[in-house]
Amino acid sequence: MIRELTCIVCPKGCQLKVELDGKKVLSVEGATCKRGVAYAEAECTAPMRTITSTAVIVGGGVVPVKTDKAIPKELVFDCMKQINAARVSPDAKLGDIVIENVLGTDANVVTTRNAKL
Amino acid sequence: MATMSKELVIIGGGPAGMSAAVAAYDAGIRDILILERDKSLGGILRQCIHNGFGLHRFGEELTGPEYAYRYELQVRERNIPVKLGTMVLDITPDKTVTAMNGEDGLFTIDAKAIILAMGCRERPKGALNIAGTRPAGIFTAGTAQRFVNMDGYMPGKKVVILGSGDIGLIMARRMTLEGAEVKAVCELMPYSGGLARNIEQCLNDFSIPLMLSHTVVEIHGKERVEGVTIAKVDENRRPIPETRQFIECDTLLLSVGLLPENELTKSANIGLDRITGGAVVDQNRSTELEGVFACGNVLHVHDLVDYVSEEADIAGRAAAEYIKGNTASGRSISLSTDGKVRYTVPQRISANENVTVYFRVADVYRDVRIVVRDKDRVIINKKKQKVAPGEMETVTLTREMIESVAGDNLSFSIEK
Repeated sequence: MIRELTCIVCPKGCQLKVELDGKKVLSVEGATCKRGVAYAEAECTAPMRTITSTAVIVGGGVVPVKTDKAIPKELVFDCMKQINAARVSPDAKLGDIVIENVLGTDANVVTTRNAKL
Repeated sequence: MATMSKELVIIGGGPAGMSAAVAAYDAGIRDILILERDKSLGGILRQCIHNGFGLHRFGEELTGPEYAYRYELQVRERNIPVKLGTMVLDITPDKTVTAMNGEDGLFTIDAKAIILAMGCRERPKGALNIAGTRPAGIFTAGTAQRFVNMDGYMPGKKVVILGSGDIGLIMARRMTLEGAEVKAVCELMPYSGGLARNIEQCLNDFSIPLMLSHTVVEIHGKERVEGVTIAKVDENRRPIPETRQFIECDTLLLSVGLLPENELTKSANIGLDRITGGAVVDQNRSTELEGVFACGNVLHVHDLVDYVSEEADIAGRAAAEYIKGNTASGRSISLSTDGKVRYTVPQRISANENVTVYFRVADVYRDVRIVVRDKDRVIINKKKQKVAPGEMETVTLTREMIESVAGDNLSFSIEK
């Protein structure tokens, strides 16, 4: 089976053709870098996504956060629930961990800005 | 009214302004002032909390705030002065900048050089002529992005997005993640104006339909949006009446284009390009007014901030050379386009040096060649599988190529 994908690794958006035998990846065509090949393989076996969102600061306001690595795609909305339940210290600095090992994925949710401007 | 003088005034503290300031500083200029109207540096990146920034510049994937912070640190490390909360009101052709803020009141600056880095604005609904009422619940995608990502407010629960520019696609995902139902993204054109990766990860991931050749023809609701009527359009982009359908929603987001913000450029009588909406510049990003440079989205709308930084570096270095009295010249080559190539930046070349030319095309073209000619002589003939209006293209002219130009024009075209 051939599966066609648009690579989301970078803004180039390469069109990929993945040859599959069930869930096994036989070949990847169209990728212009190694990361594209890795993306195609992951996407056809265990798709992953990085989440970016905002978390509430204690005392008011929101601070942007992200998962520091991609997590399984099916956990995206569960991860959003965790992020929305979290509270961030007003003294948090860029890169501080908000949720450690979120949903057992080995990824941390970290701030992407200082909470105070 | 207070008056001061500065060697270099930079208007705008977003990615373009910060990068230009750092480049000018590193080229030896110390008397710099950045004027920023918001309450912190970073510009639009502050609300672009998604990732995908910095792959070219830093070799890693950053979110907007992280990318901005890296440049903010570079500005701070160099102690480059910044005035925040400062609105620039006017620039004159003799480079007097009039500005105001809460601390200094109204003041003027006599600048030796100015870098315009004001960015762009979203095209508003008024420019679209949609019939119907004027209820609450209609936002540009960027305004909604600011509400959600910086203020922590959701602008609505059931959303239709008109226009498939990148901000619209990004907001489709963002609203979905925060619990809203995004019912459709309608795009007037038969192709999306956004990046392919954003269609994939922002729409397809959440099964949000992208309705190409569709537009909103009517907005319903008195106090609040209650729905929109959409319709398919024919090849002349006219709605086909029998395809009208009602979609219930409480929010309409508009992602229908960005316009460089050039009021100040106009007040200084600097010539603008009709297509880009930004100043006409040479390879140094020098405008037609000597000592005034422009870079970033105020010059032409970019797809990637990495390219904004790159362009701002050029402007910053060139402004530094101008202040030091080193002005390049010797050539005057204009760049012309065939219509399929809509515009080029720069629009002219004033020295024999390597120049990267950025351009956009008017439509989607497949299996074509990008051709650059000096009269009848072909200088560049570059094959492309596909070019699209949403993706900026580049060609690099080498110093040798420019030296070899016999005429005073280079023509850019898309050919079979």
